[in-house]
Amino acid sequence: MAVDDSAGGEGLLRAPLVIEYPFNRTTGPVVGAFVTALRDRRVLGIRGADGRVVCPPVEYDPQTGAPLDEMVEVGTSGTITSWSWVSQVREGQPLQTPHALALIQLDGADTAMLHVVDAPGPESVSTGARVRIRWSDEPTGAITDIACFELDGGAS
Amino acid sequence: MRDVAIVSVAQSHHRRSAEELNEVEMIQPVIRAALDGVGASISDIDFTCSGSSDYLAGQAFSFVMTLDAVGAWPPIVESHVEMDGAWALYEAWLKIQTGAADTAFVYSYSKASPGDLPRVMSRMLDPYYAGPLWPDSVAYAGLQARAMLDAGVTTERRMAEVAHRNREAARNNPNAQVVGSPSVDELLATPMLSDPLRVHDCPPISDGGVAVVLAAGDRARDWAERPAWIRGIDHRIDGHQPGARDLTSAPSVALAAQRAGVDGSFDVAEVHAPFTHQEQLVLDGLGLGDDVDVNPSGGALAANPMMAAGLIRLGEVATRIMDGSAGRGVAHATAGHLLQQNLVCVLEGGD
Repeated sequence: MAVDDSAGGEGLLRAPLVIEYPFNRTTGPVVGAFVTALRDRRVLGIRGADGRVVCPPVEYDPQTGAPLDEMVEVGTSGTITSWSWVSQVREGQPLQTPHALALIQLDGADTAMLHVVDAPGPESVSTGARVRIRWSDEPTGAITDIACFELDGGAS
Repeated sequence: MRDVAIVSVAQSHHRRSAEELNEVEMIQPVIRAALDGVGASISDIDFTCSGSSDYLAGQAFSFVMTLDAVGAWPPIVESHVEMDGAWALYEAWLKIQTGAADTAFVYSYSKASPGDLPRVMSRMLDPYYAGPLWPDSVAYAGLQARAMLDAGVTTERRMAEVAHRNREAARNNPNAQVVGSPSVDELLATPMLSDPLRVHDCPPISDGGVAVVLAAGDRARDWAERPAWIRGIDHRIDGHQPGARDLTSAPSVALAAQRAGVDGSFDVAEVHAPFTHQEQLVLDGLGLGDDVDVNPSGGALAANPMMAAGLIRLGEVATRIMDGSAGRGVAHATAGHLLQQNLVCVLEGGD
C-alpha cells in the first residue's frame, strides 16, 4: 500500500534529552570473581564442560548449559584473533584517541576477550599480533581495570 | 497447525531523519494503509503486537504512546516485544495457533535519528564485559568482517559486490533510502570508515516502520486474493560472547532454516544482513541455490529502520506472493549484534 507521510519541516522545535540509568549491579560468583581478580591485576577464566577455558568467564557452558565453577588463572598477554579500527572515538570508550577494537585470546584461554588496543594506526595492527595488558592506575573491580592492551614490541 | 497468512503489508518511505514527525505520527499512516489494504478496522483485529525499542525512543514504555496510532479504545488485546517486528509477528502467529485469535495486526518502527545510533547500539551488550567499553556498532561489526576476511570466507571485493547489487536493486523499491551505487571498483577505491569496513559496507541510519495484517484460514482467503501463507517459521540464537563464537558462520541461521522447512526451490529470498559481509553468512546458513532472486528490495543496505528492517523482509516476500510475481519465498530477520539471533520464515502462495 502506498503511504503518504509527508509533512512540513519548517520551524521545528528541538530540545536536548539526556537519559542516564544509574545502577549498582551485583555480579554473582563468576563475574564477581573475575572483576575482583582484575583489581589484583590477575585475569581468571573458567573451565568449560569440554575442558576449554572460557575467558572472560561465563556462568554456564556455552555449548551444554551446564553450570561452571572451576576458575582458572590465565595470562596477561595474548594474541589478537580479530580487530577493527575505531577512527571516530566516542564518549566512554577506554581510549580517547583512535584505536583498535579487538578480540584477544589471552595465553591459557581458549576463547577471546573484547577490549581495545592502543596503536598508532591500523597499519600497525594485525590478526595474530601479540599484545599485553596495560593496567589502570586505580583499579576498581571492573573490566576497565584493564586500561587497554598494548602491542608487544612497543609499537604504541 | 492452523494455516496463517500475511494478507496486507505497508511500510513508510524510509529516510535518514523524519524529524518533523514523532513516532506516533510517523507510524500512523503505515498502520492505516495496512488495515485499508484489507478494508479492515482495528475492531476486526483479535490481537495486536508491536516491536520497538525504548533505547531508541529515549522514553520508557514508548510503545504505549504509539498505541494511539492504532486506536486502543475500546480496549484491545495487545502485546509488545522489545525486538524487531519479525518477532512480534512470531508472537502473533503463535497466538493464532493457540486458537485465541483468528486475525492479528503486527507493526514495528523506530526513529534512530534523535540519538547517536552506533553508540546507542552498544547498550545491547552485556553490562559487565562489553558494555563498559562502549564499542560502537560499526567497529563491532568490523570484528566479524575481519574474521571472515582472515579466514578467506569473503573478500573486500565480494563485500562491495553485495553493496552494489543491493543498492542497484533498490532502484525498483519506492520505499528505499539509499538508491543506486557506484561501480564495485569505485567502491573499493573509497577510504576505510572503520577498517575493514568502508561506508558502502554499512547500512544507512533510517527512520521508518512497517505494518502487517495476519489472518487464519478462510478469513485470510476473504481478505486477500492471494494470501501469503506462512508454511514454516522458527528463530534461534547463538551465544552472546563474540570471542567464544566462530564469527565466520551463523549456526543459528542454519538451525532456524532447518526448523522452518527451508528446502526445495524458492523464487525470492529477502535476508536481513545490515552489513555487506553478513549477507553471505545468512545465504550460506539458508543453503539456497544460485537461482534465487536475493533482496530485490535492496535489503537492509537500502533502508535499515531498526526494529522494522526484519519484519520488512517478511513483508517484501509476502508482497511478491500477493501480487503474483513469486510463488514461494523465504524471509530472514536478525536481532542483536553480529547475526546473533535469527528468524526464518517460509511463505507460499496457493490454497
